[in-house]
Amino acid sequence: MKGALSPAAAAALIPDGSSLLIGGFMGVGTPERLIDALVARGARGLTVIANDTALPGRGIGKLISAGCVSRVVASHIGLNPETQQKMISGEIACELVPQGTLVERIRAGGVGLGGVLTPTGLGTEVEEGKQVIEVQGRRFLLETPITADFALLAAFQADYVGNLNYALTAQNFNPVMALAGRMVIAEPDHIVPVGVIPPDAVKTPGVLVDHLLVRGV
Amino acid sequence: MDPKELIARRVAQDIKPGMLVNLGIGLPSMVANFVPAERGVFFQAENGVIGLGARPPEGMEDKHLTDAGGGFVTAVPGAASIDSAMSFGLIRGGHLDMTVLGGLEVDEQGRLANWKVPGKMVPGMGGAMDLVTGAACVIVAMQHCVKGASKIVRDCTLPLTALRRVDLVVTDLAVLRPTEAGLVLQERAPGVTVAQILAASAARLIVPDRVPEMVV
Repeated sequence: MKGALSPAAAAALIPDGSSLLIGGFMGVGTPERLIDALVARGARGLTVIANDTALPGRGIGKLISAGCVSRVVASHIGLNPETQQKMISGEIACELVPQGTLVERIRAGGVGLGGVLTPTGLGTEVEEGKQVIEVQGRRFLLETPITADFALLAAFQADYVGNLNYALTAQNFNPVMALAGRMVIAEPDHIVPVGVIPPDAVKTPGVLVDHLLVRGV
Repeated sequence: MDPKELIARRVAQDIKPGMLVNLGIGLPSMVANFVPAERGVFFQAENGVIGLGARPPEGMEDKHLTDAGGGFVTAVPGAASIDSAMSFGLIRGGHLDMTVLGGLEVDEQGRLANWKVPGKMVPGMGGAMDLVTGAACVIVAMQHCVKGASKIVRDCTLPLTALRRVDLVVTDLAVLRPTEAGLVLQERAPGVTVAQILAASAARLIVPDRVPEMVV
């Protein structure tokens, strides 16, 4: 862990055109202050890999509204009409991935696997252009790993060495994405001294985290 | 009775004690209202909780505890919070006893389409493809027709959610059981005739000698 950054300093580390894994599910467990800073900096051409694009005015929805995003990889965009409009108009390229496949592709990228074999999507549009592999008499789709330039996480608590835990349904994609970003920036609700989070309660070890966002006010 | 309530009440009858059940957004989520707590059912929300509870009282919401639609919920005693890899491991790995999903079309082979209307609506499949692929039992809960057009069709024209044959289809008019031979008309909604159901279905239905009325 290299230290705590202001949101603006964190956003300055993220160049236009970067690929970002962003935690959250309908904006729950999404690093809102980091996103606000990216919007404020006027980021452009970002690729966002996330479960969904939340709603306009919330979480990733703010990046979509502000025109920061040129590509989205997500499982669901149905609750954000702006993402759908921008996809139809061609402003945003959109790849839709089944949710369970998306999380395993990110996990594969993060843990050094060459892909995952899943039955999900067989016989559907999702199969198009993909290799089908038979294992022990069952057919599977080969889905490729995903990594990104940055992983932007939301956590409940972080300690001074970057160990993270999460709260309830705010964990979602965050712990998996922590392994798959080449630089990992975490925005915790609380920063606590080392030892406050017992080792058994650490969900993301601090060795994976490059920067924390400073405490919110 | 309100058609959606009828569907939800009928689906709830198939939920047995101790099951782990995932309810989709919208109509399927109403099913939980008709499953008594003493049945000991755990509801999963795929965003990361096993043991979903009712909406909290006004002002008591926790921003970290929501269902898959983003609405505030509570957790019942014995609940567990999980990440997305565990959540979909449960779903895909065959650990989920039942999923109840909405539908756009179900065809004679019992195949479901529920995630895309090309050129019109592309919300994405979310967790639906994993749920239909992996759940032990798949129930489709939907209106029989939309704007006069039947959602029970010969062959799905919309993109499929999975190849898998679903286990039961519950509509405001009928209960249909997909089988290898085709869609069997298993029950009628109260006051609805077999002729009305056949007229409202674009698919061919297999009609047994006796088609009892739903008891809801």
